[in-house]
Amino acid sequence: MQGISLGTAPSRRRLVKARSKFIIGALIVGSTSGYLAMTSIKDTAQYYLTPTDLAAKVQNEPRFIDKGVKVGALVVKGTINRDPSGRSLSFKMTDGGHTYPVSYVGIAPDTFTDGVEVVVEGKLDSQGTFHATTLLAKCSSRYENAPEKTMPGYDNYKNTPGYKNSPTRGA
Amino acid sequence: MILLGELSLWVALLMAAWTTMVSFAGGVQGRMDLVHSGKRSLYATFVFTVVASAGLLTALFTHDFSIKFVASYTSINLPKIYTFTAFWAGQAGSLLFWALVLTAYSAVAVASSWKNNKPLMPWVIGTLGAVCLFFLMALCFGANPYERLDWTPADGRGMNPQLQNPAMAIHPPLLYLGLIAAAVPFAFAVGALITRKLDTEWLAAVRRWALLSWFFLTLGLVLGGWWAYVELGWGGYWAWDAVENSAFLPWLTGTAFLHSIMIQEKRGMLRKWNVTLVMATFLLTILGTFITRSGVINSVHAFSQSPVGDWFLGFLVLATALSVYLIATRLNDLQANVELESMVSREAAFLYNNLALVGICFATLWGTLYPILSEWLLGGKQEIGPEFFNAVNGPLGLLLLMLTGVGPLIAWRRASTVNLKRQFTWPLTAGAVVFVTLFALGMRDPYALMTYLLAGFVTGTIVQEFVKGIAARRRMYEEKLAPAAFRLVTRNRRRYGGYIVHFGVVVMFCAFGGLMFRSDFQMLLKTGDAQTHTDAYGHTWTFTSRGISQFDFLNRQVTAATVAATRDGKDMGLMVSEKRMHVNTQGQQNFEASTEVYILSSPKQDVYMVFTGMADKDTAAIHIFFNPLVMWAWVGGIVMAIGGLIVMWPQATARARQGGYVAELPSAARETLVGAGV
Repeated sequence: MQGISLGTAPSRRRLVKARSKFIIGALIVGSTSGYLAMTSIKDTAQYYLTPTDLAAKVQNEPRFIDKGVKVGALVVKGTINRDPSGRSLSFKMTDGGHTYPVSYVGIAPDTFTDGVEVVVEGKLDSQGTFHATTLLAKCSSRYENAPEKTMPGYDNYKNTPGYKNSPTRGA
Repeated sequence: MILLGELSLWVALLMAAWTTMVSFAGGVQGRMDLVHSGKRSLYATFVFTVVASAGLLTALFTHDFSIKFVASYTSINLPKIYTFTAFWAGQAGSLLFWALVLTAYSAVAVASSWKNNKPLMPWVIGTLGAVCLFFLMALCFGANPYERLDWTPADGRGMNPQLQNPAMAIHPPLLYLGLIAAAVPFAFAVGALITRKLDTEWLAAVRRWALLSWFFLTLGLVLGGWWAYVELGWGGYWAWDAVENSAFLPWLTGTAFLHSIMIQEKRGMLRKWNVTLVMATFLLTILGTFITRSGVINSVHAFSQSPVGDWFLGFLVLATALSVYLIATRLNDLQANVELESMVSREAAFLYNNLALVGICFATLWGTLYPILSEWLLGGKQEIGPEFFNAVNGPLGLLLLMLTGVGPLIAWRRASTVNLKRQFTWPLTAGAVVFVTLFALGMRDPYALMTYLLAGFVTGTIVQEFVKGIAARRRMYEEKLAPAAFRLVTRNRRRYGGYIVHFGVVVMFCAFGGLMFRSDFQMLLKTGDAQTHTDAYGHTWTFTSRGISQFDFLNRQVTAATVAATRDGKDMGLMVSEKRMHVNTQGQQNFEASTEVYILSSPKQDVYMVFTGMADKDTAAIHIFFNPLVMWAWVGGIVMAIGGLIVMWPQATARARQGGYVAELPSAARETLVGAGV
């Protein structure tokens, strides 16, 4: 509000100058951000693959070994082997097509059980073992959870007295 | 009631279709009778959507498990409050909630702007009707909340325990209230573009809705962060997750619009830009909904893959095409008649503010869509981590923080050296003092130092503005300090409310600065074992395990780890983190185990404890985070919301005529009923 310069129409030349100055400033901001974006994408972008994808990639480009990747797969039942100290574990992951042994140092989340879907981040070594640095277990039915007939509880449901007296049957 | 609700949904669909058709036809032919019919049927759409919603609520509360939605998200032993919030906990219900709010907003917007913006009305009503029509179509054909199962379970699956949290009960509706409000400015923009009435008049109506949208989005985002922090157990509140981003994007363009609109009001500049921002904000809300609901991008809290995604994609493409076409064909009408005069002016500061906000928006959008883009273009799905977002948005955020201080102080058109000196001496001194103090205390992180330097500077500018304003009032009206301060704010709500919002932003940035000093560690503690760690302030913490206990409680089996904490030898009390196994009325486990974290909170820092698992029956795996200054993120959010309320509150003199959205509702509802009866 203070110091408004009143009256005189600004000259054409000054307008052009102000405008080009603003554009130069905008270009500096834009290119700095662009540069930061490019470099950080290079640093943090990770392939998100299935074991089959990973096997194909490794076959085509040997440099894929020792490169950080993310792999989404299922834990093969009965393969979880926990270290007695609780600090590390190993298991096998698969997508049906390809299976990789995984070793992980750290504490597994409690959703990590047989047959569950996992996302591991880490590197594949030349022997074909995947060394995971992070381990996430996904519950497949997180928000969409209609009761299904295939659910083990279905027969129980049907036989419980509640089923017949369900407050809304026939409503 | 349930059947009535189901039928109402279809009637609402027909009403919305009618609204769209007759309003556009009325606009093209210039027949006001058709537009009146469109207005009435828009009100009727709202009424029938209310009935449809009431029907679903009835189904939820009477536990009608033959309805898939009810069986999927509730159970008999679910507390009443969460039975109510289940309305928006799942895909179909949340869409219905969306339609409910959208039709309500549409009715209120049309009722309150009918007199002042008559030439635009055919197109505004038509556009709002079309958006309602789309949502109702997605509901009826994509995800119908009334879909039945072919058997009736005795009990439903219940609600995901992580959603059973007070923040989760109100966070989604707040976000929806914010996202949906963006539809009204969009409709006005379409109207203004079609009729080529692109002066500042349409902006007045739009500004109120843009503010409302901004207010709810701000609250929703902050609450969402708080929920993630206390419930998800990874020790942070913002992960640049696709779903978080999708609500953040329209907030950015909306904030940019609220600033650039001032330049158009004061100087007549940026007309193209403002229309673009309004349309982009709406399109981003639809894009965000698409991302959230289609399952195209992995996210911790996405809905599962669903056909609704295709509906949203189709709508997004259509709406984008329309927006681009309208703006492209009206470029000449949007020509500004004024140009930027100087780099050292408020206009320039606002332009850079917009540049920073839109830059953050672009970077975030790019990062969010990168998994899809890389799959298309590079032939392999790649994901990018939070480092990307921090690297790009960090500097832009600091630029924004700086402009928060510069913008309000610098003169319009061209600032003189005298103006600069008078306005900036004290704030710059304040920033320098903060910087030197922190440096002397041993802070060396450049990002954090920069943040606090700017925070000091901006706080200085805000304090200076208040001090000057209060002093002026005391001189002119000989008022005492408190009434002068009160009247200063209440007589200039827009300006001083804005400063309060800015102060909230500063407080929040102070919290972000604290993130630079986070640390965390994992421990395996046998009962009685202890470990010692040092936090960022140099305090020594000792954590001693008091063992693991197991017990049943309500609808869950609980395993709890207890740790006694001391800071520099001083007792800080017990910290208890729980693993919860949730069971239904039949005693079967119905959800994955969840974790209740413990947060020892103080203004200086949060000590955040997560019980991650048991190595054996008396060895607990515990993850501890030292999170400095987290509390200030919530405080900043509250301050921003208060500032937003002050800005939105109608001025006393104008209140009777204009009305806020709250004051407007009853009369709108009355009109609606009349409209439905005719």
